[in-house]
Amino acid sequence: MTALLSKFEQKLMAGSFVITAEVCPPKGCDCAAFIRHAEALSGMIDAINVTDNQGANMRISPLAASALLLKSGVEPILQLTCRDRNRLAIQSDLLGAAALGIRNVLALTGDHISFGDHKEAKSVFDLDSVQLLECMKSLAAGVDMSGKKLEGTPSFFAGAAAAPEAEPFELTLFKLQKKVAAGAGFFQTQAIFNSGKLARFCEAVAPLGAKTIAGILLLKSAAMAKFINKNIPGLKVPEEIVQELADSADQAATGLAIACRLAREVKPHVNGVHIMAMGREEVIPEIVDAINN
Amino acid sequence: MIISQQKPLADILASLGDSNSVFIVGCAKCATVCKSGGEEEVWQMQEALISSGKSVTGSVIIDEACHMLRVGRDLRGRQQLVDDADASLVMACGAGIQSVSAAIPKKTVAGLDSLFLGNIRRFGQFEQKCSLCGECVLSETAGICPVTACPKGLLNGPCGGMDEGRCEIDAEAECAWAQIFTTVRETGRIANLAESVPPKNYSKIPKPGKLKLK
Ligand code: SF4
Ligand code: SF4
Repeated sequence: MTALLSKFEQKLMAGSFVITAEVCPPKGCDCAAFIRHAEALSGMIDAINVTDNQGANMRISPLAASALLLKSGVEPILQLTCRDRNRLAIQSDLLGAAALGIRNVLALTGDHISFGDHKEAKSVFDLDSVQLLECMKSLAAGVDMSGKKLEGTPSFFAGAAAAPEAEPFELTLFKLQKKVAAGAGFFQTQAIFNSGKLARFCEAVAPLGAKTIAGILLLKSAAMAKFINKNIPGLKVPEEIVQELADSADQAATGLAIACRLAREVKPHVNGVHIMAMGREEVIPEIVDAINN
Repeated sequence: MIISQQKPLADILASLGDSNSVFIVGCAKCATVCKSGGEEEVWQMQEALISSGKSVTGSVIIDEACHMLRVGRDLRGRQQLVDDADASLVMACGAGIQSVSAAIPKKTVAGLDSLFLGNIRRFGQFEQKCSLCGECVLSETAGICPVTACPKGLLNGPCGGMDEGRCEIDAEAECAWAQIFTTVRETGRIANLAESVPPKNYSKIPKPGKLKLK
């Protein structure tokens, strides 16, 4: 309802470096630990991404979890996928988000149902991520997807995902352009391991006018890296990183050191860093320190 | 062609339950090509039912079991055998099974699972190329259907799981959008890669579908 910019948005638009992190809401309705984690981070990062049935694993609604964060004074980025909702449900949720004061929305296609814990479910994909962004644009213009006028006009700071290391890059570029044209103001990228490919991405995306927030993945062990490579779409840990972890006597510490190193490496190219701690939120402050110093 | 597969015998027997005598219907078209409900499979099913303690009153292979008039006519021609049976077991696609259930007032058991509309790559190898979406986009996608070839049916390009042109859900499969992109590159065919494609109009495929030629 309010057209006030979110703090995250203001900072990004002012050209300051932002830090975001992903916190997975619970499988269940007890959000105490989730809120505790988010609150602990809120002093040092700009916004928390609330994932939406991530990896097609059923969890509490990201809309509810985002609203709880906002109530605790933590700024959320609501992730919204097209996998579990048709266009009616998507628009309802977006209006709900606006009514609750949630402004930052990351528009996603969503991982395929077959990766998750409800493999027998029917996937929706009534819209794709570009159409979801167009839908947000239309709501923000005061009409729904069928052209009906809304009571109260929502406003969003829309973001989209990007996979800078995916090949063929030119093919992905078409879609990035459509996402920006459809209103994406920022990209949060998949985990970056190759700053050369990130530079290529930034060069291509900068003229489009969207901000880039580079994904940094925190790895705990070589085994985890291998698991990710096998099971998580869009994430690909390069062989040399897996080897570096495998050769280490303290793999968790090495994983943290790698994340800090990558975060420092990408910093000069981008407008912010997005930390995916994969459940080790307690070490995020160390990565933030590495970025800031 | 409609691609179908035989249900496990145990499931068929469970559906037959205490129906002891069975009349079997096969289909001479799709189910024959899929080797799920042709002459040979009907004969094998007859053997399997008999060794499971059932009796088989007779069988018929209908030329297109989806053709309702033909099914009615062919079954009437075998009225006695049909009447003698407690149930009919239909080894045809879901459309064929319902031609039979509409023609015979008795219990009808589905012998096959219907899977998809398929192309024949070579004998015994079928591929889904079209999912009958009601509004064909092939002219804008270099002749490759993303509604079907992409597991998510994405219309605006690849998802974040595509890498090295492979699909996120099957490393053996080429991403639908990578196929379209390569085809455009290699053949100069036209595809609309740059412009946003609006959401699909699902009112074009009302269920149940109906079409009357004028
Ligand atoms: S777009 Fe695809 S699914 Fe739709 S009619 Fe054409 S080939 Fe079939
Ligand atoms: S990788 Fe390509 S084909 Fe596979 S789901 Fe993503 S967009 Fe669709």
